Amino acid sequence: MTEALQKPPKKNPQRRTDSPTLPPFARSRKAIAFTTAAAEGRFALQVCADCDHVSYPPREVCPKCWSMDLQWRDIPDGGKLIAETTLRTSVNTYFRERMPWRIGTIQLDAGPSVLAHVHGDVGEFERVRMIARTDKSGQGVMLALPEKETPNMADDRQLRTLTCNPKYRRALVTDGRTELGQRTVRALAEAGASRIFVGIAEEWRPYPGSEELRNIPGVEIMPLDVTDTISVNELAAEMGDKADILVNTAEYVRPGSPMQRHGVTLARDEMETNYFGLLRLIQAFGPGMKARGADGDNSACAWVNLLSVYALSNWPVYGTTSASQAAALSLSQSLRRDFAGSGVKVINILFGPLEESWRQPLPPPKVTPQRLAETVIRALTEGIENVTVGPVAEDIVRRYREDPFVLERELTQLHMGA
Amino acid sequence: MGKSTYRRSGYEGIVVTAPVSVPYERYSPEPAHWWLARALSELGKVSGLVASDVDGLCVSSFTLFPDTAAGLTQHFGLVPRWLDHVPTGGASGVVTLRRAARAVQSGDANIVACLSGDTNHVDSFRAMLTTFSRFSQDASYPYGSGGPNGSFSLMTSNYMRTHDITRADFGKICVAQRDNALKYPHAMMKKPLTLDDYMNARLIADPIALYDCVMPCAGGEAYLVMREEDAKAQRLPCAHILSTVERHNSFPDDPIQIRGGWALDVDELWALSGIRPDAVDLLQTYDDYPVISVMQMEDLGFCEKGAAHDFIQSNTFTYDGSFPHNTSGGQLSVGQAGAAGGFLGLVEAIRQLTGGAIDNAVPGARYAAVSGFGIINFDRGLCSGAAILEAA
Repeated sequence: MTEALQKPPKKNPQRRTDSPTLPPFARSRKAIAFTTAAAEGRFALQVCADCDHVSYPPREVCPKCWSMDLQWRDIPDGGKLIAETTLRTSVNTYFRERMPWRIGTIQLDAGPSVLAHVHGDVGEFERVRMIARTDKSGQGVMLALPEKETPNMADDRQLRTLTCNPKYRRALVTDGRTELGQRTVRALAEAGASRIFVGIAEEWRPYPGSEELRNIPGVEIMPLDVTDTISVNELAAEMGDKADILVNTAEYVRPGSPMQRHGVTLARDEMETNYFGLLRLIQAFGPGMKARGADGDNSACAWVNLLSVYALSNWPVYGTTSASQAAALSLSQSLRRDFAGSGVKVINILFGPLEESWRQPLPPPKVTPQRLAETVIRALTEGIENVTVGPVAEDIVRRYREDPFVLERELTQLHMGA
Repeated sequence: MGKSTYRRSGYEGIVVTAPVSVPYERYSPEPAHWWLARALSELGKVSGLVASDVDGLCVSSFTLFPDTAAGLTQHFGLVPRWLDHVPTGGASGVVTLRRAARAVQSGDANIVACLSGDTNHVDSFRAMLTTFSRFSQDASYPYGSGGPNGSFSLMTSNYMRTHDITRADFGKICVAQRDNALKYPHAMMKKPLTLDDYMNARLIADPIALYDCVMPCAGGEAYLVMREEDAKAQRLPCAHILSTVERHNSFPDDPIQIRGGWALDVDELWALSGIRPDAVDLLQTYDDYPVISVMQMEDLGFCEKGAAHDFIQSNTFTYDGSFPHNTSGGQLSVGQAGAAGGFLGLVEAIRQLTGGAIDNAVPGARYAAVSGFGIINFDRGLCSGAAILEAA
């Protein structure tokens, strides 16, 4: 049975912080598709389109019928542990300092047998439920979970290397003025975050929910305006070494296409928050988090970007806002590389129209701030890097996967009544 | 489609000779080229042959990058008319033997030098593991052992459970090999080993403990293949090749490895050899882990599948025992010099059959069986092979 995680002791400032070491990160090009699915929390293997044979490890050709048409498909996650071992030593520096380490051979219901990390609550020869996640190197790996929920299951040492669980971690929420920011703070508190720093710009200006926000356990209101470089840098100097999780809830949204705008003022405001705001946060908080990727049970672990799904493809109704979101998405991809090798995950959550005032006239289905906040917690606790939330976002992502150029035409063509 | 049938021919008139083992070193600053060159140089001394006599070259090495056998011809001053580079790791001894024997038999070459060698720099073993194979890279090394220990511990624990074999059985084999190594001058492990030492050793990956694992090192092994009349003219003691088999990726649908290609080819191996397992005087198995040696004993028909426990308990495995096995100490006690580990058993068998073994000689050795196993790709060994040799 998994022992409950204990609250990490206060950090001794005289002790050296461990440098992040990495599990093996080299992969073939084919295996990147496994990593991509793992980053979305999907358990996908190659399935032959001609004979349905499921194969693993990643291949170029079906070993049964030599078809080249191997497709990555979500497959049933059930299986049985048929052999297990506990590693006591390794030539790999990452595993070497984390011994003992449990691995096993799992015969999947879908066919192949695989090597995987094994959760501590899985008994010998028991049925398991497989998950695929990105590990500290950012590459996809498999872990076998007990088939049924067990006490303190999320606290398993090996599972925690794949997740960004907020339990006993400290989080920074960059804008607490909005319902989205406040719901996110509350959800983090409920998920066990020990301290939650909440950025508020110009605190003297009143805002709804401020009283309730202050009363959430662990909350510390901090002055933060992401459009102001000095403000961002000052906060980073004050608490940047305690940012284990950063959730960027700051956003600036205005309707209008480029031709409906007069001048660049609004577009610049959008960029100041959505793009330069993110860039300022990265420059101020990124290096500190990167250095703390292996800093014990409350290591830095996640950078969460909340992005409109129209970052993928412009929706002219919010034309310039979409453009600033696209810039932010592009920056977040670069941030992945900046954090690579540190053990800090970049989590991008793409959402459909949010139930908030600047999107008020849009028709349903919409995403409530509460749903988006819950999605942030789910992504953190499960260690998922790419999440799509809401029917509109799911629809756009599906079309984007099918053909981004067709999607572009669909979003920009003339509509009846529009 | 239908398959035409053609009976495989034997290796009449083809011999192996000039067994050479370059003494191993734990770490070497020299490149693989040095170890292969030293093996070639020793072959020249042992055989009295010079570069112009050797018209075939077969090489096996993991650490020769960026070269292959082709580049070595210029380096070594050879002008061969037949060349091969064998990538089958632990099966490379048997596989080079098969390749070279057919080349000589067909007249493509007269004298083939078969060389194996690898270096081991400080930390090069770790570096090699990360680039060993694509399947290992994608599906095995990310899971922690950083080498074959993990896959073999899973195989071992499964084998113990399904084949009624115990750690003490493995221990008996390891201890006997250490006893053999004490009589073999080039073994790296020279400290006597007891069954207690084996049983109480530090765990590496349950149930594998320290003495189940080989020690990576630098070394080289080599031999020559030629026609018997040429060996006689050169006054080289030699051995006949009675039979060989090889197989790759056998039983791909077994969820975990419990058998190797030998199980597919065992009948043909003995049929072509003209002898039965009970006639064999010594067996050299590929012993990267003792479970693999046991698998070979069973799959090659020295005992029934699943009956290894009784077989091990009712035999002794030292060079002077009832079932001489890995008579130089095997890789477990001599060390694992990369691809040369795939030659070690074959070279030792040639030595035993040609009067080259001194303190560890198997009395009256006439028939030897040699087995190879290599390329741990993801979760299992892919390449297997075996050969039966007879003293000439």
